[in-house]
Amino acid sequence: MSALLTVDNISKRFRGLVAVDRLSFEVSEGGIFAVIGPNGAGKTTLFNMIAGVFAPDNGAITFASERIDGLSPDQVCRRGIGRTFQIVRPFPALTVEDNVIVGALLHRSHVNDARAHALDVLRRLDLYDKRAQRASALTLPDRKRLEVARALATDPKLLLLDEVMAGLRPTETDRMVAILKELNRETGLTILLIEHVMRAVMALASRILVLHHGAAIAEGEPSAVVRDPAVIHSYLGAEDIA
Amino acid sequence: MPAELYLNVAVAGILTGLVYGLMALGLSVIFGVVRVVNFAHGEMMTIAMYVAVTLFSAFHLDPLVMMVPIAAVLFAFGYVLQKGLINPFITRPEHSQFLLLVAIAIIIVNVLLILYGPDAQNVQTSYAYDSFQIGPLIVDATKAYAGLAAIVVAAALFSFFQYSTVGTAIRACADNYTGALVVGLDVKHLYALTFGLGAACVGAAGTILLLIFDVTPATGPAYTLLAFVIVITGGLGSMPGALIGGVLIGLTEAMAGLLFTPSAKSMFSFGVLVLVLLFRPQGIMGKRAA
Amino acid sequence: MIARLTDGVSGRALVLLAMLLAAAIAAPLFAGDYLLTVLILIFYFAYVGQAWNIMMGFAGQLSLGHALYVGLGAYTAAALYVHFGIGPWIGLLVAVPIAALAGAFVGFLAFRFKVSGVYFAILTIAVAEFARVGFDHLSWTAGSSGLFLPVKRNAGNDLWLLRGSPTMFYYVLLTATVLAFLGCRSLLKSRIGYFWLAIREDEQAARAAGIDTFRYKMVAVVISSAMTSFAGVIYAFYYNNLFPEQVFHISRSIEIILAPIVGGIGTLFGPVLGAFILTGLAETLTSTLAAVGIDLPGAKQVFYGICLLLVIMALPDGVWPWLSRRIGIKERGQ
Repeated sequence: MSALLTVDNISKRFRGLVAVDRLSFEVSEGGIFAVIGPNGAGKTTLFNMIAGVFAPDNGAITFASERIDGLSPDQVCRRGIGRTFQIVRPFPALTVEDNVIVGALLHRSHVNDARAHALDVLRRLDLYDKRAQRASALTLPDRKRLEVARALATDPKLLLLDEVMAGLRPTETDRMVAILKELNRETGLTILLIEHVMRAVMALASRILVLHHGAAIAEGEPSAVVRDPAVIHSYLGAEDIA
Repeated sequence: MPAELYLNVAVAGILTGLVYGLMALGLSVIFGVVRVVNFAHGEMMTIAMYVAVTLFSAFHLDPLVMMVPIAAVLFAFGYVLQKGLINPFITRPEHSQFLLLVAIAIIIVNVLLILYGPDAQNVQTSYAYDSFQIGPLIVDATKAYAGLAAIVVAAALFSFFQYSTVGTAIRACADNYTGALVVGLDVKHLYALTFGLGAACVGAAGTILLLIFDVTPATGPAYTLLAFVIVITGGLGSMPGALIGGVLIGLTEAMAGLLFTPSAKSMFSFGVLVLVLLFRPQGIMGKRAA
Repeated sequence: MIARLTDGVSGRALVLLAMLLAAAIAAPLFAGDYLLTVLILIFYFAYVGQAWNIMMGFAGQLSLGHALYVGLGAYTAAALYVHFGIGPWIGLLVAVPIAALAGAFVGFLAFRFKVSGVYFAILTIAVAEFARVGFDHLSWTAGSSGLFLPVKRNAGNDLWLLRGSPTMFYYVLLTATVLAFLGCRSLLKSRIGYFWLAIREDEQAARAAGIDTFRYKMVAVVISSAMTSFAGVIYAFYYNNLFPEQVFHISRSIEIILAPIVGGIGTLFGPVLGAFILTGLAETLTSTLAAVGIDLPGAKQVFYGICLLLVIMALPDGVWPWLSRRIGIKERGQ
């Protein structure tokens, strides 16, 4: 499997605080890659650098053989990276359908084509029945799926999910996990996710990266990572994770 | 032109600028604490000016003497306005708040127009044509008193915020709204108090300004704009910034009036505003917004 | 083509619209002179309100200096007519690009330097004021003494030179309002309309969805300013005199935004409804006062201020959304 996304020795400081410290890793095409770690470990900063919200102080980020560090968020999205926000940001006054049409219009010039694609995405995300509702009227789990739907409608090759399970009950988490797994299996969509909900991480990830104080302390197969003493000490706690 | 002329015009500009600064101080205080952009600021000042004019023509009371009572009246006006009308808008989107104050401004200007008519009105104090001479410098008495009064009021306001309990409470609200609520401060009341103080500032400034300029209902919007130019130049939310900005604008206007045509002087103020908005939106003294 | 126009519109709405349009077309036959001038004002504000609405209601940028574009349109066309005898429809070809350029300038300054919200509004005020004072000193357009257009005293209506009766101006503005309405509707249903709504709702989220927000905000500003300048051309040829103090004044800018705000920002019917409500009621007020013998300059403005206050406080989304819920007609993106 070739590397779709390569993060090469990137760092970011915020006025004396090192948020990300010489981080390097690769995400292979078609894989599901999870980034975990305690709060303040630098996960969202990492995402924001990949998504173009700000540039790394040094190092390089390569996506599909092109450098993307320093590009603006809309440029990054046009290159094929979709992202969701930790605190969901739907377009409140627009309907569910219109929200997703906005995403679908990125690579389509006709509204009718975009609508057809949007409806497909909505079916996949189990939101088709709610397509005429205003986004502001949705429950949180629905809004989370809407966020994913909108990002998905932009036809990304890589999907960045920022704590998409946060606030969901276990049944809803399982539903989201099932949807993401199906997407990955059927379309080969590469997924990079930040997560605290270990239940979801273990169910989804083919590879896990653990961050602590902005640096990588472990990377590899899920079963190995969760047994890593450093990871247990800094984040997971000495619990039996079988 | 002789150097003395430049000097005199500059000093006149600085003194006038101090009064502008006092006016802008009110705006800065309101924005710094209540986070409301008071688009009716200049209009509130014209209320004060007209009250002063009326009192002067009825009772021959000198504006400097009336400064405190008129400021008190404006304080009450501001307090009631904030508590009654503006408060529910704190959580509304920015443009909603802004438009609310635009509406208030329109009403004030036109009520004044109905009450007083469009002609300019002013006060002629006994010392209206006096001046002081310090070496080559000739300073109008009115401007000198005006500048001095402005400094006194500004100093009073600074010490209030720095040293009094209420002032500290207000600064706490500005720093951290939720935190202030959590420690039991009556934020609504403090906000209203702050708006009242801002209005009082503008009331004092207006009364003082009457010594130098005439008043018409149309001067309201013009001063609102000027207050914004000053506050943005000096730094929104910074009290020293408002005074520094005021002096700067007073100086710019005076020099522009001297070097170019007087009627074009506001163009320079707006030019300064555009430059500041583009290159240093936090102003001279402000901190960069997150 | 009719099918494309009426696609998505309910039968009820169509009937209502047809009736209103018929009434509007027939109005000059029944309206007296005074009422006709009021109707002209109404459609002027309906048209210019729709133009402003594109910037604010669709792209979310609060402009309080739209008088700049009215003034540029008015002065360009008027000066060309006065100095070279060039008619307004040709003058329009020069006026529109100039206004569009001014809009692009304001937009570029603002968006490139991240000036937004209240600061953007203040920037627009400052630029309009700058123009006001600037034109006061521009001798080619007669500065502050005013530019006067020669009026021909003949009985005919000259549409080419826009010299003629109020009825002619009424139909010009009515046509402009209808075309603007259809244009806005078509824009809103298009790709750019979706992008604008996204930007209005949440600019950061829009960027994350791949939208080049700078570009589309610029397009909104340019279209808005270009459309507004047409109103300026009409203004010049209707009133036949222009003073920078009046044309560029902030009161003009505020008048422009009142109708869309009262009617409903971001909706298609809002600006038109708002114009009817505001101008209609205001003129009723003035003529009632006049009938009783009271002439209060400023009363109309106080009325506008109170309307604005009431709408902001009670119906912040405007009258149209509230009304549309009552009569069962809804627009997309409401």
